[in-house]
Amino acid sequence: MTAPVDTIVIGAGVNGLTAAATLAKAGQRVLVLERGEAAGGQARNVEFAPGFRAGPLGLDAGWLPPPVARALGLRGMERTVPDLTVAVPAGPKEWLALSRDPSRAAEAIRRHSARDAEKWGAFAARVAKLSGFLEALYTIPPPDIDSSALADLLPLLGVARKLRGLGRADMVELLRTIPMSVQELLDDWFEGAALKAGVGAGGVRDIRQGPRSGGTAFVLLHHQVGAPAGAVGGRGFWTAGPDALITRLLEVARGSGVLIRSGAEVRQVVLRDDRSAGVVLASGEEIGSARVLSTADPARTLLGMVDPVWLDPEFRLAVSNIKFRGSSSKVLYALDALPELPGLPEPARSLLGTLSLTGTLDELERAADAAKYGAISDRLHIELQVPSLRWPELAPPGKHVMVAHLQWTPYQLRDRAWNEPGRAALGDGVTARISEVAPGFASRVRHREVLTPVDMEARYGLSEGAVTQGEMTLDQILFMRPVAGAARYATPIEGLYLGGAGSHPGSGIAGGPGWLAARQLLRDWHDRGAQG
Amino acid sequence: MKRYDAIIVGGGHNGLVTAAYLARAGRKTLVLERRPLVGGAAVTEEVFPGFKFSVYSYVVSLLRPEIIRDLDLPRHGLQILPLESTVVPLDNGDYLGSWADGDLTRRELARHSRKDAEAATLFGRLMHHMAMAVKPILAMVPPDPASLAPSDLRGMLRFAGHFRSLGAERFHALYKLMTMSSADYLDEWFEFDPLKATKSASGIIGTFLGPRSPGTAYVLLHHYMGEIDGAFRAWGFQKGGTGAISETIARAARSFGAEIRTDAAVERVLVKGGRATGVALASGEEIAAPIVVSGLDPRRTFTQLVDPGEMPGDVVEAISRFKFRGSSGKVNLALSRLPDLTCLPGAGPHLRGAISISPSLDYLERAYDDAKYGEFSRNPYMDIVIPSMIDPGMAPPGKHVMSIFVQYAPYALSGGWTDARREAFGDAVVNTLARHAPDIRSAIIGRQVLTPLDIERTTGLTEGNIFAGELALHQLFFFRPVPGWAKYRTPIKGYWQCGAGTHPGGGIMGASGRLAALEILRGSGA
Amino acid sequence: MLKTTPFHVRTAPLVQGQAWRRWAGYTVPSAYELVHDREYAAIRNAAALIDVSPLYKYLISGPDSTRLLDRMVTRDVTKCRVGQVMYTPWCDSQGKVIDDGTVSRLGERLYRLTSAEPNLRWLSLNGAGMDVTIEEISERVGALALQGPLSRTILQQIAATDLANLKYFRMVETTLAGIPVAISRTGYTGDLGYEIWVDAARAVALWDALLTAGLPYGITPAGIWALDLARIEAGLVMLDVDYHSSHHALIEAQKSSPLELGLEWTVSWDKGPYNGRRALAAERARGAAWRFVGLTVDWDSLESLYAGAGLPPQLPAVAWRGSTPVYRDGHQIGYASSGCWSPLLKQYLALAHLSAPHFAVGNDVRLEVTVEHQRRQAYARVAKLPFFDPERKRA
Repeated sequence: MTAPVDTIVIGAGVNGLTAAATLAKAGQRVLVLERGEAAGGQARNVEFAPGFRAGPLGLDAGWLPPPVARALGLRGMERTVPDLTVAVPAGPKEWLALSRDPSRAAEAIRRHSARDAEKWGAFAARVAKLSGFLEALYTIPPPDIDSSALADLLPLLGVARKLRGLGRADMVELLRTIPMSVQELLDDWFEGAALKAGVGAGGVRDIRQGPRSGGTAFVLLHHQVGAPAGAVGGRGFWTAGPDALITRLLEVARGSGVLIRSGAEVRQVVLRDDRSAGVVLASGEEIGSARVLSTADPARTLLGMVDPVWLDPEFRLAVSNIKFRGSSSKVLYALDALPELPGLPEPARSLLGTLSLTGTLDELERAADAAKYGAISDRLHIELQVPSLRWPELAPPGKHVMVAHLQWTPYQLRDRAWNEPGRAALGDGVTARISEVAPGFASRVRHREVLTPVDMEARYGLSEGAVTQGEMTLDQILFMRPVAGAARYATPIEGLYLGGAGSHPGSGIAGGPGWLAARQLLRDWHDRGAQG
Repeated sequence: MKRYDAIIVGGGHNGLVTAAYLARAGRKTLVLERRPLVGGAAVTEEVFPGFKFSVYSYVVSLLRPEIIRDLDLPRHGLQILPLESTVVPLDNGDYLGSWADGDLTRRELARHSRKDAEAATLFGRLMHHMAMAVKPILAMVPPDPASLAPSDLRGMLRFAGHFRSLGAERFHALYKLMTMSSADYLDEWFEFDPLKATKSASGIIGTFLGPRSPGTAYVLLHHYMGEIDGAFRAWGFQKGGTGAISETIARAARSFGAEIRTDAAVERVLVKGGRATGVALASGEEIAAPIVVSGLDPRRTFTQLVDPGEMPGDVVEAISRFKFRGSSGKVNLALSRLPDLTCLPGAGPHLRGAISISPSLDYLERAYDDAKYGEFSRNPYMDIVIPSMIDPGMAPPGKHVMSIFVQYAPYALSGGWTDARREAFGDAVVNTLARHAPDIRSAIIGRQVLTPLDIERTTGLTEGNIFAGELALHQLFFFRPVPGWAKYRTPIKGYWQCGAGTHPGGGIMGASGRLAALEILRGSGA
Repeated sequence: MLKTTPFHVRTAPLVQGQAWRRWAGYTVPSAYELVHDREYAAIRNAAALIDVSPLYKYLISGPDSTRLLDRMVTRDVTKCRVGQVMYTPWCDSQGKVIDDGTVSRLGERLYRLTSAEPNLRWLSLNGAGMDVTIEEISERVGALALQGPLSRTILQQIAATDLANLKYFRMVETTLAGIPVAISRTGYTGDLGYEIWVDAARAVALWDALLTAGLPYGITPAGIWALDLARIEAGLVMLDVDYHSSHHALIEAQKSSPLELGLEWTVSWDKGPYNGRRALAAERARGAAWRFVGLTVDWDSLESLYAGAGLPPQLPAVAWRGSTPVYRDGHQIGYASSGCWSPLLKQYLALAHLSAPHFAVGNDVRLEVTVEHQRRQAYARVAKLPFFDPERKRA
């Protein structure tokens, strides 16, 4: 019996579609199975109130590695980086708005600290250099420590040095920086509280730790990958429209012959003779395929879809030890009018970027403290964006959509479960907090939707509601992502591959894991004579 | 005027080790110590009449066996007595014990969690492997990773080769140990929270991090380092207190011909034309030597003993970034009688070991939460030992001394340390202890409270950091104290460093002092 | 203090020479009498009563209990019928033995597993994601081994069931003198024998009942020294003596596969996935690198070595455990890990690890013997295990 397809791809998000298109372009027959009703996953904007659309991934479009765009022939994927990428409260009715242009940012910083202003340019250049190294690292599979590590590292160093002009001293600086806490890093450079808080927020995005935790300097660099030098959190948004990437990927995938079925939730990966033989859907339908590439997170895939008898208990334990720790929530607001923020410079331009409501690193740390004990801080860290300013089609004319990103709201609450009253209380609290800086905000809210980690899990199938598919912490990157022994996309089960954000290079690297996973799968396929 | 080949600034244990090795190699060596006694933070003092305390550092586990053998320390008085047990009083009135005998420890652990009792064996095996993996690095002079000099390239290859030789499984385990928090690391192994708390406590000692902060896991290894050397148990007491270790090394140094002067504070290192030429004492006396070795911490070595103008600007800046952040205090009690623990009443064998106040991970983390916003922990982590139970000479007959290591007490207390705040801190410690041993207050006949500021003032350790600089990943190996100057040299010719602020640093290990001496002998031609 | 077994109040007064040893955190008698010969003789001649309570015991129940055990151990548990007992090792994913023990099927969805080492964590890891309950009953259940040719006769005096039909490696739940017990026809002596599992609270009563019933038949409490002689004669491998758990081994060379331990018969090649399957299949294809075998030492050779020193052969009174080199053609080809003088076979026996291809039965090798402080080599021959295999064991 010949299987109807060469590879089944689980999930039609950015990584799933990237993987599927990559495989199809190499001559494979590919079927994508998507549990949701449409492709796109978290990247898709959905209507949450009549006429208002938003997506939970609003904050950051991520970085589309150029090799992926080239390989798939994705055109028109330009991004717009707003001039003012982030604004932070610097006192009562006072904001520090950072321009993507380092010299103009320095002007704004100078109003608070001349010393900081002097250093800004050098800091921006340093961060760009170090994150540039990560950029190079993110377009190749993780170094394989199992085999000859040196042979693996050499091309990597070559790539980094050629592309970025990185020297050995820069490598040393990178090694020294990544284990640091973002607070230590910023304390070494700056004195201004608002500046440190505005930059430092990037070091704790979507992880459970606060800015004093080791390794958060790496998280900051990770989120700067692909951003212009000096643009804090400034990877920008798709110029062509809110769903530009998904739309293009769908076109490319379909154009290459990929079949996509939505509403098709995979319940189990079928194993026969020690290798994958297809999948069983929730409906009971079985679809044969010698290869399965899952972009569901590693725990859902390996613990949820594979009969435990096929996996080494120690390996399974390692998978169950992956730290997901979803602790971010979103509040989607449908607004009758833009909020008014006294003191915010150039509101129309500032609101095109991100407003980060936490003005000091200590406040940021305190917001994270409660989460350590399974509770929610009463002073959450809130970041705001107004996507409808970027793409007016997201809201009816004159109306707006605002997305609030919240940390920390842990998936696992210690003394209660997430429920409707809890959700409402969270939403009320956020509205009240926003009203502190935007008087009258509450009266402009027409509708509001709260998405807690539990909702993210239910809606997108993300373990513990973690959009990262595994925190981007030092112990869970590169050859440790998602776990040692499965970092090169192939799992211990022959024919089963992982290609979601849970794999290297991780979350926020649009299509990176899917592309690299597909290429690994193709190498193995060719080794087997590209058949069966 | 007397001529010396080498002058060691600071008679701490590392300085003494360096002096002993230099003298053993025939160099005329002089040690200058500011205080009236040698030892730095490893000193024994009679704080109250008849009551002797290892005032700062109080236990020993890591003293390198090769130093003990090379310097023939047992002949000079080294005698380490075993510290066999740890008891952790729990919030529910029970306790968690760990004993010298493996069967008893497993049984005790199984009382709380059978799975953990099994996991502990496997965990111990992994730590054995990790300690084996790290041990060669402790004995390695860190290469300069940014240098293209053949010796550094060879060093880097050796370093990289060492990691490759571990094999994938152990490399991954080591990588996790280096990057995770102790709480997360232990979560992967154990379920009984007080066990995780107690093990993770060793990961936070001397750092300004909580058990849930990445970077704390690898310090767990220190508990296992002593064991693979086979020479002695992991933790022990020196007979006569840690000061006796310093005296032992001093005796060894003298036996090789070194001269040691106390009450001799060095004001500055003399530099001429980019070369060290000797030192000037606070008394005004100048002593010449072509080699000057600082056993002080990096801040003092690079920016206080010498005019910062003698150092390249980037080195001064890098030193200014080096983190000290002293976070521990010490309370020394003279007791009229033994304490009675509610969880284990009576004078049992448990009082010959450590009592650890680490009932839960949350407890430790909350202790950290207090400290990170500038307060001392209201309910601190405490590591308590009663040295007089093991070495009766430490206290008058029937009486006892109790040593309490306390974390966290931030150097940068908001509002600053005052006498009143110091006593309030001491009260917090005694109150915490009294929750587990209610009769303790009436047994106290003397109390010495040491804040990080006190530690800094007396021992000279910047910000009172007991490791002469935080043991954080970015301050280890070729980053310790700063990249490019991790090979015990400084930018000033003839001026060297040998303190715990260099690789591998921390604890009464002596490895920094030994490696520095070997580098000096190899590289100086002195 | 170490733990004591539920029989301790009865066994302790009988230990004449205070010869105790540790076993899994318990204190158990090495021997009851000052000379343990009679205890050993009882195993082969009458019946010996041995306290084996320190064994670890687990109850595994639930719909996935068979699946859990089958994915964990090397034998095909799906073929284990209710009332059947299977001896089996279990391996890690590299096919190296973690431990060995018995699986008793007590019911359709209920098993008891015994082991030498604690295995609760490993069982739990293997059962993760399955509908199964794992309960450790080590301390709740006392265990006695009644071993020897008269063991059946003695049990039958007080058993509520006819034991004549209880076959080798089968078990039955019944009562002894009214005390509820499980009796399995298993043991660690290679003789006719039974192991009796009893609620710890009834342990002392069971001991008394057995001693009373056995008195006319020469029942004799026996310690570990006697047991050790018997298990070497039976060629049975012992954890921490003849091999190390792969969970505890510090280096690869300290690990063993079932094929190397001569337990190939316990490895199923046609069942579903289980830990170590791939590695074992590969090992089977290329052949085991070494093998656990029996050695019989040539008496004349031994005698002449000692005669050279002016002594008659000095024979060990108890079984030894250690590492003794084995040579062939002048090269070391392995080592013996246990050995004893068999009082029954009148032979010097050893259990040894020999590298391929030297382990074939009948090969002549040399075993190092220390004669009057001098290292010598005695002739020895690779023997088929068990050394002693009486028909009554299975009959």
